[in-house]
Amino acid sequence: MGAIITLSLLAILVLYLGLFKAKNTLLPVSLAGLLGSAVLLLLDWNKAAEPLYSGMILFDRFALVFSVVCILITVLILLLSKDYFDRISGNVAEYFALIIFSLTGAVLVTSFHNMAMLFIGIEIMSVALYILAGIRKKDFGSNEAALKYFLMGAFSTGFLLFGITLLYGASGSFDLAEIRQYVIDNPTGISVMFYVGILLMIVGLAFKVGAAPFHFWTPDVYDGAPILITIFMSTVVKAAAFAGFLRLFSYCFEPLQDFWVPVMLVITIITLFVGNITALVQHSFKRMLAYSSISHAGYMLFGIVAIGASSSGAILLYATAYSLATVIAFGSLILVKRTSGSDDYESFNGLAKRNPRLALTITISMLSLAGIPLTAGFVGKFILFAGVLADYHVLLVVLAVINAAMAIYYYFRVIVAMYFRPAEREVVAYPVNYQVVFVLAAVLILLIGVYPGLITSLI
Amino acid sequence: MDNLLILLLFPLVGALVLAFVKQSAPAKRLALLFSVLALGLTIPFWCQFNPAAGMQFEQQFAWIPALGIDFHIGIDGISLPLVLLTNLLVPLIVLSSFSATHRGSFYALVLGMQTGLLLVFTALDAFTFYVGWEVALIPIYFICALWGGEDRIRVNIKFFIYTFFGSLLMLIAIIYLHVQTPSGDFALTSFYNLNLDNATQRWIFWAFFIAFAIKMPLFPFHTWQPDTYTTAPTAGTMLLAGIMLKMGIYGLIRWLIPVVPEGFAAYGWLAALLGIIGVVYASLIAFKQKDFKRLIAYSSIAHVGLIGAAVFVWNVQSLQGAMIQMINHGISVIGLFMLVDVISRRLDTRDMSQMGGIAKVAPAMAIYFLIIVMGAVGLPVTNGFVGEFLMLIGIYQYSIWYAAFGGLTIILGAVYLLRAYQQIMHGPLNDRTSSFAPLQWHETVVLVVVSGLIIIIGVYPQPLLNISEGAVTELVQQIGSLAR
Repeated sequence: MGAIITLSLLAILVLYLGLFKAKNTLLPVSLAGLLGSAVLLLLDWNKAAEPLYSGMILFDRFALVFSVVCILITVLILLLSKDYFDRISGNVAEYFALIIFSLTGAVLVTSFHNMAMLFIGIEIMSVALYILAGIRKKDFGSNEAALKYFLMGAFSTGFLLFGITLLYGASGSFDLAEIRQYVIDNPTGISVMFYVGILLMIVGLAFKVGAAPFHFWTPDVYDGAPILITIFMSTVVKAAAFAGFLRLFSYCFEPLQDFWVPVMLVITIITLFVGNITALVQHSFKRMLAYSSISHAGYMLFGIVAIGASSSGAILLYATAYSLATVIAFGSLILVKRTSGSDDYESFNGLAKRNPRLALTITISMLSLAGIPLTAGFVGKFILFAGVLADYHVLLVVLAVINAAMAIYYYFRVIVAMYFRPAEREVVAYPVNYQVVFVLAAVLILLIGVYPGLITSLI
Repeated sequence: MDNLLILLLFPLVGALVLAFVKQSAPAKRLALLFSVLALGLTIPFWCQFNPAAGMQFEQQFAWIPALGIDFHIGIDGISLPLVLLTNLLVPLIVLSSFSATHRGSFYALVLGMQTGLLLVFTALDAFTFYVGWEVALIPIYFICALWGGEDRIRVNIKFFIYTFFGSLLMLIAIIYLHVQTPSGDFALTSFYNLNLDNATQRWIFWAFFIAFAIKMPLFPFHTWQPDTYTTAPTAGTMLLAGIMLKMGIYGLIRWLIPVVPEGFAAYGWLAALLGIIGVVYASLIAFKQKDFKRLIAYSSIAHVGLIGAAVFVWNVQSLQGAMIQMINHGISVIGLFMLVDVISRRLDTRDMSQMGGIAKVAPAMAIYFLIIVMGAVGLPVTNGFVGEFLMLIGIYQYSIWYAAFGGLTIILGAVYLLRAYQQIMHGPLNDRTSSFAPLQWHETVVLVVVSGLIIIIGVYPQPLLNISEGAVTELVQQIGSLAR
């Protein structure tokens, strides 16, 4: 609980630091605050979790792990921000404050124990993001991204609220424990309202995680927003949204699997194919990553389709693996774009000759995204596939495998560009903070890939 | 010195060291040193190996306990020949690349691949096996795509996606089998003890079969092979043809047929037939080739087709033949691709119609060439004869027609390989060939070792046959041959 208060106060503090033009203190203060809140969370590690504030939030192991992962990935992202925000805006403090606000929302989404908190968490997380997406006021793409994101986000929140209302109507409570009790107590006589509520929740949450057919905002928003914000959206926000999704469905709706799993199956399959096929034809590396993030959402949905004891570990591992690799992928684009000025694959041509170490970390990230063994991405896929096959959805896995093979093509295009395409190019500047973050992320990817127990044993 | 884990990790250590060597000359020497030491480390295993004792030198550690995954390796009569082959060929492959100036990273990839290959050949846990399977693929992709010839990018991405898709099918099968095991693990023995119903066995058969057939490659999954072999650098082609395709055959023997015996009983005839079709088909195409390297690539499909058919017939003779022929094919094909490299490097072409008369200027090479061709063709007193003879006896027991068409490899192979020999080595000299430079020391070493092994194994194959006999007999008793 201390973590949520710390984060909220930290964001306000950062705003004041901006007001008093203390630019150089922004980053150290933010990092210290984030690490502090992570420590506060870890202090609760061995405590027996109890719902706080009349059952509003519950910091169980699940919430703690996901929150800490979200905070640590935010730390990585902020480390990359040195020199980044200054280049695009004068009011740097806004960025830090908004990111931290959004993170506060993310922590609430992982730890909610009441439907009202789910709604509030998602709103805190999203409203900050609407502003962040449009923060380059004079950039057309950024404005488009913000408007699209806001409209779509408002819609999906509407669905979510409808869903919550109907669930309340049927069960008479916002509290997760009571909704769960309602489902268990009425094995046969659950009202139609409740079922419709579940469907609307699926729609609302599918919007938030960027699953097809509710994914239309993702590519444009990811493309239009500043890259660092895109990283934040596609890692922290997505991980938190999945945590919330999983928390709700595994805790409350698990007994009703026969009803909603077929719906999720359809969503999963569409998500996989839409993401992959569109990613295949992109010329821009950034758009490719945006579409591939849709397909990764599809893989993570496996954890919800095959809901069970191992789901949370599997989604945690996949989300961590995906986030680490994405930080490297988008982060390297920031560097490469500074010299080439474009988002295309061609910007990477010949990078291995000039920046062999940078090229190696990008390769590790691509291999992880593609799911090659000994990387975290492979273990993530492996565990998710195992979960789904245990429920005998063989066809789903076969379709997923076709997608994984397709994905090789576009992830390897980057590797091909870096290593095999000759190009006259300058050395890309590789600042120390990027080196630290990239090497750390790459080492973690390999470490988790070789010894996944590091992550799965946490939950 | 019989710690299997050390044997596996040794090349990886070499790879890590070599990754930091920038100059070519020390990189070559270091790579050779590491690969020869790895070969030396293999010898104690051979000496202490007891063919009657089943699985030996086993090592097992918990890897991902939550999923029942162990790191589990060991050696038996099926693994040992392939471990020997891998560690024997890698020094030769390193030597073969001495004409080029490669940085340490090239050799790092070769040695890294060696670890992956050894892991495949010794894994007793399906997860371990799959990891080795993919770990071997990444280095070879980079070797082929970084140092390959024309059109290497397109060819190699095709190769990668093709094999990766096959691997993923296998991954589904592995996870599915894992879910079925009562103990919830990935151990080979648990897979062997499964009692799956017939329908399940049938689809699992295809999931594994396609993965292995792409790797070998068997007809009709071979379309990536000629382009990849032709564009790859010599060392890459040698790794692909000499060792990597044996991963597929090994997989058939270790992971496919004993795991799904009923699937094998249902479709074994078809798989064997695909092998035989591949023999005839690839031989006919090899006839038409003008490019020497492409000709060898197709001849490799033909030879592998026969080995595949022999495995699927599944009797003691055919399997023993397949085991020894895997070694023989590895040795011969290294020799042949070495010759391609020697000749095309000097003449700056691989087109056989522009060659001729080289025997006059390089008589020593003519002798090695002839021995290697004899071995590849399978003439008596060479290694190829022993293997092909055993395989054909085995196949004959199943079907005389399969044996007859399979026997075409020997005849057709003799025709196109000897014709190539004639075209390249005999006839009049021309402008290109008259200034043929003499062999360099490293080329001579490779060719002498290969020719020597061809004759030694041809005359006295018994030690190699002894290694695998116990394991093969037990496997055949366990599953039973393909019913007619």
